Amino acid sequence: MAKITSKPHALTDKPFHYCPGCTHGIAHRLVAEVIDELGMEDRAVGIASVGCSVFTYEYFSCDMVQAPHGRAPAVGTGVKRARPDNIVFTYQGDGDLAAIGTAETVHAAARGENITAIFINNTIYGMTGGQMAPTTLPGQMTQTTPYGRDVKEAGNPLRVCEMLATIEGTALIQRAALDSVKHVNEAKKAIKKAFEYQDEKLGFTMVELLSTCPTNWGLSTEDSLQWLRDKMIPYYPLGVYKDIKEVRR
Amino acid sequence: MADLAINGDSAIALAWKQIDPDVCAAYPITPQTIIVERFSDYVADGEVNTNFVCVESEHSALTLCTASSSAGARTFTATASQGLAYMWEMLPITSAMRTPVVMAVANRALSGPININNDHSDAMAARDCGWVMIFAENVQEAYDNAVMAPRIAEHHDVQLPIMTNIDGFILTHAVERMTPLDSKDVKSFVGDFKPLYPLLDWKNPVTHGVMDGPEYYYKHKYQMVEAMENAIKVTEKVFKDFKKISGREYRLVEEYMCDDAEFVAVVLGSSYGTMKAVVDELRAEGKKVGAIMPRLYRPWPDKHMTAALKGKKAVAVLDKHAPIGAYGALYADVCTSLIDMKDAPAAYNYIYGLGGKDATAKDFRTIFEDMLAGKAAKYTFMGVDE
Repeated sequence: MAKITSKPHALTDKPFHYCPGCTHGIAHRLVAEVIDELGMEDRAVGIASVGCSVFTYEYFSCDMVQAPHGRAPAVGTGVKRARPDNIVFTYQGDGDLAAIGTAETVHAAARGENITAIFINNTIYGMTGGQMAPTTLPGQMTQTTPYGRDVKEAGNPLRVCEMLATIEGTALIQRAALDSVKHVNEAKKAIKKAFEYQDEKLGFTMVELLSTCPTNWGLSTEDSLQWLRDKMIPYYPLGVYKDIKEVRR
Repeated sequence: MADLAINGDSAIALAWKQIDPDVCAAYPITPQTIIVERFSDYVADGEVNTNFVCVESEHSALTLCTASSSAGARTFTATASQGLAYMWEMLPITSAMRTPVVMAVANRALSGPININNDHSDAMAARDCGWVMIFAENVQEAYDNAVMAPRIAEHHDVQLPIMTNIDGFILTHAVERMTPLDSKDVKSFVGDFKPLYPLLDWKNPVTHGVMDGPEYYYKHKYQMVEAMENAIKVTEKVFKDFKKISGREYRLVEEYMCDDAEFVAVVLGSSYGTMKAVVDELRAEGKKVGAIMPRLYRPWPDKHMTAALKGKKAVAVLDKHAPIGAYGALYADVCTSLIDMKDAPAAYNYIYGLGGKDATAKDFRTIFEDMLAGKAAKYTFMGVDE
């Protein structure tokens, strides 16, 4: 029988450690497929972050560096400045990119570093067990907001794409989701475009992927996907927030 | 209150609930996270009046806490490992501003390599930042230290921040039997925070955190040194007062079977329990051995340690951190207490338990066997397979 699909070469054989129903696996596969399709594996360097994605370095077969919490864009900058022809991507969750690492994210973008951030937004700190993140939705229950996020006390969720789109140094800022085939396909196109823009040295690129955390949300896989659609997408609208080629046109 | 089956993190959160601090800010980090999770439950349920802030990093947590303490609020936070390292810029600022912040530290190995398990590399790297530091052997002591901490830190002769250290996972997550105090006893024991020169005193405006030139910087530092020395007497008094409400007696330097001991081991934290079991075992075999734990680690209880070690033949000092290019911090401290002693015991340094490596009674037994056989070396990095 003819083989119609296979694991991307850019992924190792190591089974993912992620919880059942978590969309990290889809995000990993998309990044790996893009690396395969663009033939970039021999010059890609990934930056693993802190959080559930700390073990990202186990799953991508390209070179990887594990960064301290929030520092992935700074690490990526160091690698990229030393090896400008390499393709450098960070893989960070919202606890990393949008909390402790906000400054690094904003300033890497402001300097227009030619790196790509893959941003997993699941509205919660996953690895530490489900506490409120800056991206937690108003009213969302977490370990540190047991009766829901009170925006009067904890402020409103941070919309990272909208924020970064205002920065001159960015080339592509796009939000996609991993809840359906349609959205997953869009997400892959966005990641591919980000890597291509990086290769063209157009500036900082980021693809935000709205993701699920069934374990910490306390929902089934299916309900998590529905929650993403019903709750997350209205607050975090999908789309292209900045495309330097569109701006120039 | 009835005894509880509780882990160390939850026991600390319970103590905090009974104290009801004014402000708490923290960022989750394993293995501290349970403290702030439980505490945020108390906040959400209205069981405390604390203003709880979920900040975006540990650096912001301690910065916020230092500021709220200087504004006159009793302020608590908690962290571990990288979180403590990320707070480092603020650690000596918090102490220099004389803001008695209380911080629980769930001791965990510092990166790198990244590791989430227990050792003392986080606390030891922060040991000279002007914070009072106490350690706990078990969950009961984690709770008791949390109750006593504000009394030590906020005393006007001290006015320095305090770290209450507990071994990550071994104490933070393990469930033990613990006898809590009545909330009203905790309340009256801890009393009100009476800051000396708080902000927002409209009639007496003050400026905090000002720049010092060489002349004042020197004096400022000396005041901190004096305040830290005062913490010895203050802590002893707090231990004494605590016995009255709890019946539990603590000493700055704990000794186990040391009176007639010839060979002793000095160790910090939960390993003290293991060491006591080894001492029991060897005592049953007729060996004159004992164990020592400096419950108060900063300020270093110099005289108390000297007294504990007087007349011993040899002392093994166990350090649960990797001193790269020097001897262990605890070993160096113990050696300073031996310097003026006539016929001081021989002192040996053992490095153990890094990054969560098991430290068993069997391992500790070999330390005494080394000393008894006259085979102990000045420096031993235990458990490395070459």
